[in-house]
Amino acid sequence: MSPPAPLLSLTGVRKVFPGVTALDNVDFEVASGEIHALLGENGAGKSTLIKVLTGVYKSDGGEMRLAGEVVSPKSVVDAQSAGISTVYQEVNLLPNLSVAQNLTLGREPRRFGLTDWARMNEAARNILQRFGLDIDVTKPLGHFSIAVQQLVAIARGVAQSAKILVLDEPTASLDKTEVEVLFNILRSLRGEGVGIVFVTHFLDQVYALSDRITVLRNGRKIGTFETAKLPWPKLIEHMLGYELQGTLTGNPARRAPADSEDAELSVDAACVDASVQDISLIARSGEAIGLAGLLGSGRTEVCRGLFGLDRLSSGQIRRNGRPVRFTSPQNAIAEGIALCPEDRKANGIIGELSVRENIVLALQARQGWWRPISAREQRALADQAIADFKIATPDAEKPVGLLSGGNQQKVILARWLAIKPDILLLDEPTRGIDIGAHAEILRLIRELCDSGMALIVTSSELEELVAFSHRIIVLRDFRQIAELEGDAITEDALLQAIAS
Amino acid sequence: MTYLRAIFSSLQRHRMLWPLLALAMIWAVIVVLNPAFFCFTVKDGRVLGGLVDILNRGAPIALIAIGMSLVIATGGIDLSVGAVMAIAGAVAANIISGGALPVWMIIAAGLGTGLFAGLVNGTLVAGLGVQPIVATLILLVAGRGVAQLINDGQIITFQNESFAFLGVGNILGLPTPVWLVAFLLAGLLTLTRKTALGLFIESVGANASASHYVGIPVKSVKLAVYAISGLCAALAGLVATADIQGADANNVGLWIELDAILAVVIGGASLMGGRYSLALAVISALIIQSLNTAIVLSGIPPKFNLVIKAVVIIAVLLLQSSIAQAQLASLRARLTA
Amino acid sequence: MIDSRHTPVLITYALFAALFLLGSLQYEGLGSLRVFLNLFTDNAFLAVTAIGMTFVILSGGIDLSVGSVIAFTGVLTAVLIQAGWPLVTVFPLVLAIGCIFGGGMGLLIHYYKLQPFIVTLAGMFLMRGLAVVVSERSVPIEHEVYDTFNTAGLSLPGGALISSQALLLLIVLLAALVLAHYRRFGTYVYAIGGSPESARLMAVPLARTTIGIYALSSFLAALAGIMFSFYTSSGYALAAVGIELDAIAAVVIGGTLLTGGSGYVIGTLGGVLLMGLVQTYIAFNGSLNSWWTKIVVGILVLVFVCFQRLNTFGEGVGKQKAGTRTAA
Repeated sequence: MSPPAPLLSLTGVRKVFPGVTALDNVDFEVASGEIHALLGENGAGKSTLIKVLTGVYKSDGGEMRLAGEVVSPKSVVDAQSAGISTVYQEVNLLPNLSVAQNLTLGREPRRFGLTDWARMNEAARNILQRFGLDIDVTKPLGHFSIAVQQLVAIARGVAQSAKILVLDEPTASLDKTEVEVLFNILRSLRGEGVGIVFVTHFLDQVYALSDRITVLRNGRKIGTFETAKLPWPKLIEHMLGYELQGTLTGNPARRAPADSEDAELSVDAACVDASVQDISLIARSGEAIGLAGLLGSGRTEVCRGLFGLDRLSSGQIRRNGRPVRFTSPQNAIAEGIALCPEDRKANGIIGELSVRENIVLALQARQGWWRPISAREQRALADQAIADFKIATPDAEKPVGLLSGGNQQKVILARWLAIKPDILLLDEPTRGIDIGAHAEILRLIRELCDSGMALIVTSSELEELVAFSHRIIVLRDFRQIAELEGDAITEDALLQAIAS
Repeated sequence: MTYLRAIFSSLQRHRMLWPLLALAMIWAVIVVLNPAFFCFTVKDGRVLGGLVDILNRGAPIALIAIGMSLVIATGGIDLSVGAVMAIAGAVAANIISGGALPVWMIIAAGLGTGLFAGLVNGTLVAGLGVQPIVATLILLVAGRGVAQLINDGQIITFQNESFAFLGVGNILGLPTPVWLVAFLLAGLLTLTRKTALGLFIESVGANASASHYVGIPVKSVKLAVYAISGLCAALAGLVATADIQGADANNVGLWIELDAILAVVIGGASLMGGRYSLALAVISALIIQSLNTAIVLSGIPPKFNLVIKAVVIIAVLLLQSSIAQAQLASLRARLTA
Repeated sequence: MIDSRHTPVLITYALFAALFLLGSLQYEGLGSLRVFLNLFTDNAFLAVTAIGMTFVILSGGIDLSVGSVIAFTGVLTAVLIQAGWPLVTVFPLVLAIGCIFGGGMGLLIHYYKLQPFIVTLAGMFLMRGLAVVVSERSVPIEHEVYDTFNTAGLSLPGGALISSQALLLLIVLLAALVLAHYRRFGTYVYAIGGSPESARLMAVPLARTTIGIYALSSFLAALAGIMFSFYTSSGYALAAVGIELDAIAAVVIGGTLLTGGSGYVIGTLGGVLLMGLVQTYIAFNGSLNSWWTKIVVGILVLVFVCFQRLNTFGEGVGKQKAGTRTAA
């Protein structure tokens, strides 16, 4: 099957952010009447590409053509009027307006210059009928479940008679039957000649729906493949950048099999409402536990639950065998648990404050208000950390927001190590940092393990996980699907577990 | 990019520079208008002179601005300070007119009232998650009514030498309110620097989410700054009440919240929270008071006072806005090109 | 079935009815049509201001400048009339000044991303200052139209009269209801209040709408200034001090969420009437001082704000959870 002339084509698109090339010379095309899956792990460049496509970002090079015409949308509205509609991962509609208003906003039917509510509601019902959605369109959108809201968002995108429909993780909050309804609609749209770009981390859905797949990695295009001709394991290799016959890399020293007897931290069937379900793990002193899984599999959510950011709805966390309950990070920190969060900028660094202040903050928070760390101690701590972790900063007084990602990560690590935690949670510790800092952080993980700390580390990089983990827990769809231990930890085994 | 950053960080380091420069400029204008303004004379053991006058009149704004700057540092705002002044003054006047209690008890009662009001604000903001502007608006609306209620709607005047000392007395030749500002500034500087409070406040204001992740008690920090602001407002209310030797619930501290917010903004603090400077809040209060004095001396009718203040706020806001800065830069580039 | 969105408005009107009934039973003369209609007359300018404020708050903003705009309009109107200008030039002129002033604030808020609170605070200083500059003294207005307007009205059987003030208020209310619920502008206001980011993605013209919202608020404040000048037959630069707080309180008591996106213009009218009735009730009581009004209003605002928080708490948590899950 040779694809028809492309409806949308991007050639040589580049997008550069300070310090990062997010898109490097990427070609991408979508044919009329095609469902094209866009895949890649975190930081691969998917969202940047979509943002260029939909007018959120302006590309720094390359060309975009829609039906042969060169277009360069300057805003979302621009892209929409050119015929490119987008449905975002998080519902970007207005929960306070009625369903009908959301569907018709900006194009309300009017009579004598006044909104004709009856016709508006009728039009909205007609649009939703196609989706098999029989809901009261006069109710505010916020009254309905996230799934219904997502379907309404898709219906709005479709109703705008788009030529290109971009769906960014549209199924994350839908259940099986809802996904089926959505897929039927997308298939019928395909029949009408709409080009659909589909971004998801559910690979089974990719195979169920898409005609072609384009894989991005590290801002580069790996290739475009016909879905029918690309076997599942091959796809995962492309996404993760490993080949299946990968050799065994130096596993950490063998340990006795885990049991809960001497666990620093043990988790038994922990569930969080609307999040992870049935998570059990054991972390012992001197061990690194890897949390593996694709984007959106629930890795971050496990960390949140263990750090008291989300409350467990059921299950039990034990610290040295003693049941504990966390209602806030303060409780977890008091039990010697620390977390380096995935989103450094939002939840990690306090950008306006200096390197010194960022480093002493955790220790100070644990000591409380009345036992301040003296200026001298603060400087000593900060200088020590800057030397130990080779933090590249002219002095300890520089605002941490001005440092590079790798150095920010080191500051956060230094902050936690200052309180000498027993258990350290690292959520994607090497994401978005340069190669040099990357290697140092990996070395540090090993050292911390050897010094007797228990580590729980999430990473999208299999090589990394294999290199330092004593045990790896594989997650998918917010559930634990496999556990690898000892010699069983190989990249091959891990890939298979993730891809199974 | 790096060039811009360098300028930015040097401005950060010299954040005292601009306000001090502005103050110096206003004073220079005053000297031109009235060369004798800054001469001191000593009469009956009191130092008299224009500068002392500015310090004395600026004291209530400075007291309020000190507390306000901590609230704004957490990303909040306290609109209720004027009303709290009125309540604290009413409580003090009520106690004085009720009988001969020692003066420290009168002051303690006034300050206690302010603390309570601050805790109410703080509970609404930190506990219930109400937006600060709304939470403190409630007391702004109802506070003066409460102050009236305390004294049955009467303007109470009183004779109490020792309490009046707060407003009109002087120590070592300088008016008591000036000393109170100095003590409050010193006290809060000590409190924020000798405990972790100052660090926590800046941390919460700069990034509340990350502060929560680090284990900082974000809610308690917010509660504390509103309590401190309430205390500062009560102190200002006691000074104002002692000054006129009476409690006028309708007029004491009217619109002072706006002057105090203006002072904090002139001091370069962002209304979004983060870095703060108590000393800058005091300097900015002096700027506002000096501006008032300069307008009077210049012969511009005082009725232009408000218009000038409004123009100053808008100018300062635009100067702080990164968008206006970028526009200025591109304009400059176009002019030099 | 009652739509939960209407609950706060219904509570406000129910409170009004209950207090009116209580007052009628307690005090002779309170439970009359005349007292009821007087609520409209005496609070007409406040209601018009509060209706403008409703749009601002629905969009998630706030306008602290309305009291100053009322005073400025009143003073300028009085001075111009005294100088012999005809009313047909004076009224359009002051209304246009209001529009331009509000539009300017909206411009600063939208294009420079400044907080509405601080911009309108500066606007409050500016307008109050300009009012003082125009005239520091209270300027009396003597004009036959003023005399006619103040005595005219729609007579009802039983001696009651719907005054011109009240009629003007009803016209503004009707126009505001149409604007809020039957024009695209109104939907855009709700949209921006719901989520400015989503509104942008859904092609809502943010600049035009934001500027329009503040222009509308200042326009209605200017209109209220004219009405106030009728009511007092004078213009005074220090008039209407604190009206912005009364207007905000009326909007909140009328059931509009201060975070924006939810509420009704008709609720604001209820808020104004309830506040007016509290004042009337206290006046009839005689033993209570007038400052009780402020306290009761404060308590009402407190109760409504807490009610709103507790009502939205559950939803907020749900959204956050969903957010963390999809953001993973």
